Amino acid sequence: MSGSARSSFRLPRIPAVPLAVLVGVVLGALLVLVSGGDPVAAYREILIGALAPANWPNTLNWAVPLVGMTLVAAIPLRGGMVNLGGDGQLVVGGLVAALVPLYLPGPGPLLTIVAIIAAMIAAGLYASIAAWGETRFGIPMLISSLLLSYPAIGVASYIVGFPLRDTTTGLAQTVMIPDAARLPTISGPLNVGLILMMIVAIAVVFYDRRTVGGYELRMRGLNAKFAGYGGVSLGPQTVRIMFASGAIAGLVGAIIVLGSQYRFQDGALLSPGYTWSGLMAALLAGGEPLGATGAGLFFAALQTGGFAMQRETAIPRVLTMVLQAIIILFLAIRHGVGRRAS
Amino acid sequence: MMGGFITPFLINSAVQAITPILLAALAGTLCGRVGVFNMAMEGQLLVGAFAAVVGSFYTGSALGGVIVAIVATVGFSLILAYGATVFRGDSVVICIGMNLLASGLTAYLLRQMFGVSGTFSDPGIVGLEKIRIAAINTIPWIGWIFSRQTAITWLAWILTAIVTIVMFRTPLGLRLRGVGEDASAAETMGIDVTRYRVVTVLVAGALTGLGGAQLSLGTVSIFSEDMSAGRGWIAVVAVMLGRNHPLWAALACVLFGLADAFSVRLQGQGLPNQLTDVVPYVVTLIALVISHRRRRSRVSETITAHA
Repeated sequence: MSGSARSSFRLPRIPAVPLAVLVGVVLGALLVLVSGGDPVAAYREILIGALAPANWPNTLNWAVPLVGMTLVAAIPLRGGMVNLGGDGQLVVGGLVAALVPLYLPGPGPLLTIVAIIAAMIAAGLYASIAAWGETRFGIPMLISSLLLSYPAIGVASYIVGFPLRDTTTGLAQTVMIPDAARLPTISGPLNVGLILMMIVAIAVVFYDRRTVGGYELRMRGLNAKFAGYGGVSLGPQTVRIMFASGAIAGLVGAIIVLGSQYRFQDGALLSPGYTWSGLMAALLAGGEPLGATGAGLFFAALQTGGFAMQRETAIPRVLTMVLQAIIILFLAIRHGVGRRAS
Repeated sequence: MMGGFITPFLINSAVQAITPILLAALAGTLCGRVGVFNMAMEGQLLVGAFAAVVGSFYTGSALGGVIVAIVATVGFSLILAYGATVFRGDSVVICIGMNLLASGLTAYLLRQMFGVSGTFSDPGIVGLEKIRIAAINTIPWIGWIFSRQTAITWLAWILTAIVTIVMFRTPLGLRLRGVGEDASAAETMGIDVTRYRVVTVLVAGALTGLGGAQLSLGTVSIFSEDMSAGRGWIAVVAVMLGRNHPLWAALACVLFGLADAFSVRLQGQGLPNQLTDVVPYVVTLIALVISHRRRRSRVSETITAHA
C-alpha cells in the first residue's frame, strides 16, 4: 500500500482511545462468544464489579499499585525511553520495605517512613543501573532494564526462601512486620498508601507541566537530538528519570508490603501483573501523566470487574488482560501511539 | 576446572535448551535485516508452544502439533508484519502489546479449552520423537550432542545454515539486506519494500512457531502459562550481540545454553535454584557489557535508531 492510499484510508477523527476501547470490547466479546460464554453477562458483571458504589474501595485499592506502576512507565515514556524493569524494581522496593522494620530498631511510625524512603532509594538506584549502562556503555535500556529484573527477583526469592525466611510457615516469606510499622488504614481495605500515591501522581503532573525538568523531558520525547542541541544533558537526564521511575516502583512495593500484605512474600508482588498493566496504561496516554493516571484507573476498574466476572460467570478474569492488549495494539497500529520522532 | 562440570547429559540437555532460543534468534535476525525490530519473540514462542499442545492433543500426532504451531504463530505475527509496515506503528509498542496478548490469550484459552489453570498435561499430548542414530551414540562429544535430539533441533541448525547462506550468498539475501539498510534505495531499485518486510516477518513467525513447538513438545509434552519464561528476551539479546548476523547470534545462543546447563549443574551441587536460575541472565548481561565496551564509539547511533 503506498503512502497516498494510506492517507485516504484514515478514519474521520473519532477520538482514538474510545475507538480503541470499543474495538477491544467487540473483539473481547467475540472471544467470549467463541469460547462458549455470554459476553453481555460478562461485561455486565465487569461493570457492576468495578463501578457499583459498594465496590469502589476494592477498585481504588487495586488502583493504588496499578496507577503507581503506570507512573513508573509513564515518566520515562514521556522522554521517549522505556523502562521494562518495573518487576525487578518493585521487588527490590518491597523487600527493602519489609526488611527495614524487621531488622532496624526504632519507634513504629519512624520506621515506616524510613522503610518507605529506603525502598524508594534502593529501587531507584536499581533502575539507574540500566540508565548508567546505556549512557556509559551504550547498552540499550529497553533490554537491560528487563534483564535486570531476573537477578533481582531471583535473589529476593532466595533471601526470603532461605536466610530470612519465616520458618514457622511453609511459604517463602519474611515474618510479619510489627503492627506499629504498618501503614495506617483509612477505611476497609484502603490505607494511607492511597494518599501517598495521590500526592505522587499530583507531583508527577506538576513536574511534567510546570517545571524546567518536565519541559526538558517532553522536549526529549518529541526530539531527543533537538533537546541535546538545546542544552539538555541527555546522559544525566536518563539516569535522573530512571531513578525517579524506579523510586516510584519502590514506593509501590513499600505500599503493598507495609499497607496490605505486612510481609514480603515470594511472588506476591508480581502475580497481579501491575508492571505490565501499568506499562499498557502509560502507553495508552503516550506517557502524559494525567492521562496515564486516568488510564491506570480505567485498567484497575476493568481488572476489579474481572474478579466479579470470574466469580459470577466463570469466565476467566485473564480476559481483561486480553482486552488491555487489544486496546494497546489497536492504538499502536491504527494511530501510531508511541511512535517516536526519528 | 570446567572439565568436571561437563557431562554428556549436560551437553545433551544444553543442546535441547538452545533450540527454541536459536529459532527465535534466527527470526530476530531475519526481521532485523529487513529493518523491523522484533522483540515479540517471547510472545511468539508462547503462542507456538500453546498451539503445538492444542494441535498435538486434537490430532493425536506431534507433526499435527508442529503444523498447528507454525500456522498459529504465523497468524499471530500478522500483527507485527502489517502493524509495523503498512500501518507504520511503533514496533516496540506493537511487540509489547503482542507479548501481553500472547500471555493473556494463552492463559484464557487454557482455562476455556482444557478447564485448567497453570499447567496442562495430558497423556493425549504426543511429544516429539527423539532421533536415535546408533552409529554416533557412542562417540564422545558428537554422540553427546547429537543423540536423542528432536527433529526440530536438527532442523534449527540446518535452518541456521540456510538462513546464513540465503542472506549472504543469494540475490534474495542481497535484496533483503538492502531493504533493511536503505529502504528508499531498495525501493528505487524496484523492490517492493513492504512486501519483503511482511513476508520476512511471517517467515520469522514460522521459525518461532517451530521453537514454540520444541518448547512444549520437545522435552516435556506439557503447556504451562508463560512457559517461554524469558527465552524470547534472551533471543532478542542474542540478536543484538550477533548484530543481526545469524551465525554470531547462534554463537550467543550457545553461550546462553552453556550458562543454562552450568546453572543446572550448580543446582546439582546443592545451590538453591532461586540463585542458579539467575545465572543465564547474569551471563547475558555480562556478555552485553563486554560486547558494548568494545564498540562504545559506534553504538550511540544504533541506539537512536532503535529507541
